[in-house]
Amino acid sequence: MITAAVPERENYLNNAYGIKSWLLTRDHKRIGLLYLFTVTLFFFLGGAFATMIRIELLTPQGNFVSSETYNKLFTMHGVAMIFFFLIPAIPATLGNFFLPMMIGARDLAFPRINLLSWYLLVIGGLFSLFAMLAGGVDTGWTFYTPYSTTYSNSWVIATALGIFISGFSSILTGLNFIVTVHRMRAPGMTWMRMPLFVWSHYATALIQVLGTPVVAVTIILLFCERVFHIGIFDPTLGGDPVLFQHMFWFYSHPAVYIMILPAMGIVSELVSVFSRKPVFGYQFVAYASMAIAVLGFLVWGHHLFVSTQSVYAALVFSFLSYFVAIPSAIKVFNWTATLYKGSISFATPMLYAFGFIGLFTIGGLTGLFVAALGFDVHVTDTYFVVAHFHYIMVGGTIMAYLGGLHYWWPKITGRMYPEGWAKLSALIIFLGFNLTFFPQFILGYLGMPRRYHVYPDEFQVLHVLSTAGASVLAVGYLMPMIYFIWSLRYGKVASANPWGATGLEWQTPSPPPVHNFDVTPIVTHDAYDYSTVIGQEVEVG
Amino acid sequence: MPANDAHAHAESPALRVQFDTEAQQKDASTLGMWLFLITEVMFFGGMFLVYTVYRNAYPGIFAIASSSLDVYIGAANTVVLLCSSFTMVLAVRAAQLGQRKAIILFLILTLILGGIFLGVKAYEWNEKFQEHHVPGSSFHFEGMQPDEQAHAQLFFSLYFAMTGLHALHMVIGVGMLLFLIRQAQKGRYSAEYMTPVDLGGLYWHFVDIIWIFLFPLLYLIDRHLKG
Ligand code: HEM
Ligand SMILES: [Cu+2]
Repeated sequence: MITAAVPERENYLNNAYGIKSWLLTRDHKRIGLLYLFTVTLFFFLGGAFATMIRIELLTPQGNFVSSETYNKLFTMHGVAMIFFFLIPAIPATLGNFFLPMMIGARDLAFPRINLLSWYLLVIGGLFSLFAMLAGGVDTGWTFYTPYSTTYSNSWVIATALGIFISGFSSILTGLNFIVTVHRMRAPGMTWMRMPLFVWSHYATALIQVLGTPVVAVTIILLFCERVFHIGIFDPTLGGDPVLFQHMFWFYSHPAVYIMILPAMGIVSELVSVFSRKPVFGYQFVAYASMAIAVLGFLVWGHHLFVSTQSVYAALVFSFLSYFVAIPSAIKVFNWTATLYKGSISFATPMLYAFGFIGLFTIGGLTGLFVAALGFDVHVTDTYFVVAHFHYIMVGGTIMAYLGGLHYWWPKITGRMYPEGWAKLSALIIFLGFNLTFFPQFILGYLGMPRRYHVYPDEFQVLHVLSTAGASVLAVGYLMPMIYFIWSLRYGKVASANPWGATGLEWQTPSPPPVHNFDVTPIVTHDAYDYSTVIGQEVEVG
Repeated sequence: MPANDAHAHAESPALRVQFDTEAQQKDASTLGMWLFLITEVMFFGGMFLVYTVYRNAYPGIFAIASSSLDVYIGAANTVVLLCSSFTMVLAVRAAQLGQRKAIILFLILTLILGGIFLGVKAYEWNEKFQEHHVPGSSFHFEGMQPDEQAHAQLFFSLYFAMTGLHALHMVIGVGMLLFLIRQAQKGRYSAEYMTPVDLGGLYWHFVDIIWIFLFPLLYLIDRHLKG
């Protein structure tokens, strides 16, 4: 793993060796790397399921896997990607590593709880992995009742328990972040001087803390229902299956913001650094994160437009869904305004940031399409919805995640990644992504339902395009895997602040010392005040 | 692990390296506990939501089913739990004053009262088994039509889920009390450092408050309809 030969100076990587120094560490930086390793595994696991889905969809007949297997494939793809990759991806890796550094703290407030939360993710992941190996689950990642509680013959309980346990990992991470931001800021680091990355993680943490317990209790009820048939979600016993949908989406809509808010935080950092300007309307962007966190709790009903919800409720939920788009749009406008007259550099992280802004905008706008009652009745449960959320989660979150990884790689490892290869892979990912998912908008609009593997012949062309795109995308994702590992040994040694950035994490050597700073920093400037770094050498640009 | 750490503090063994001062550390722990309790509120909130939905859907059946619970035992148990909160407060107060013997005494009293509560709860559950009021294939509620049986069973499902979850929190609380008592015996707590006792108190009161909501919801509402 990460054992780069960094000479003499002691840092968090070379201060201790051996497997125990990792598995029992309380250093937020090492825990961040443990998470990085774990979520990467789940990313490739989810990717393997996706590959099989795309192969099956090459032809209109179901000839690669059976219908039962197909149901399991898309379920396990969703479970692995959402619960074990996207939700922890940014907060638990980059957030864990950089949130304390960015506010000038030596660690998170509760380092042991931080380690515990990693173990919880691993244990939850093992449960779900066991279910996948033992035979899989076929309910869809949404576990709708009564299918999941009564009729499915697959490993619902093990998977649900895995998600339940990993939920506590998410809760504890959020709790740790909130306390850290409130109590551990360095002298002079006022709220309005915090980097926007910190603000967006703070907002994310609120959602994790308030939303996740609700899905936890929902899973407990699901569990009791499946094991003891107590009737809560079973219509034959007087229960209400739609109640499950309400409770599930009360968490899972906010959860989509757990996935996107940290990504927005990364983009705010990248756009500012690589145009060398403070983020336009800093306060608006900060408060927009908070607004998203709050409004995100009020729109879950837009997933139930066709599930016996009353028309009036649907109208209100539709209306509120439009509201939640406002803070998201504020951010997009402000990033664009930041670019205006900036001295823009097209380093790899910036390419990813550009990719994010474009793709997130498409994903967000189509979110408004599906939030419109009339249109949604036409496209609900079609590939249009699939395309919508992949534009946000893959085009948005994963783009930003990769952008962030490239940006902070020199700080994490002390080595630069190879710029040429990185630019190439960013380009491949962008093209592959669009080729994969744009045809799915058209497919859905034309009526191709999601979660079916047999389809009318006329859809084949678009499906083939999508599968071709997925192959390109896979190449794009494998490249960083290879050159990141390569760079650990052969990459150029990175200076403390290769990008000329203003954040506190760049004021300390790369890789950072065990307790982040040799002297606790004292903050005297706003977050993106580039006058503080004028004259410092910039290595790439 | 911190080898040459510029920030190592020698002033107190209880001060962890990530904090500058003990006040900061205590603030952080307290805020963390409150946040944890907020997650608990959301957690039980989900249960209360489900209860509200079905109470609303089947008010008559729920009233009858709920009347079969023994309100006197429930009330007595409520009193026991309130007393345990009181002894917990006394333990925290003793910790603030640094009275080691008193901390231990009041924690043990709290532990005993918590144990009584759990014992009574177990007795009540056992009654339900004998009355065939436990959800499952042998469930039977006297004098109800088959479809009403299902709804009565729903009430008891919720009864067991909610009191069970509450009891689970009590059991965790008992474990926590045992830990605090042992630490107090070792003399870990003083007027300067008593955060764990303080936070334990917060948790204990929270679990109490949950019961204060459960009791009327499950035992009291519409009791006069019993007839
Ligand atoms: C701009 C604000 C957004 C709006 C107004 C919006 C609206 C919607 C609506 C109405 C649906 C339901 C469509 C249907 O099932 O017929 C939906 C589905 C979905 N959205 Fe969004 N969305 C927004 C942002 C996001 C974000 C930021 C993410 C993820 C990071 C996301 C992820 C999803 C997912 C995963 C689904 C499908 C869930 C499923 O049924 O499996 N959305 N969105
Ligand atoms: Cu939603």
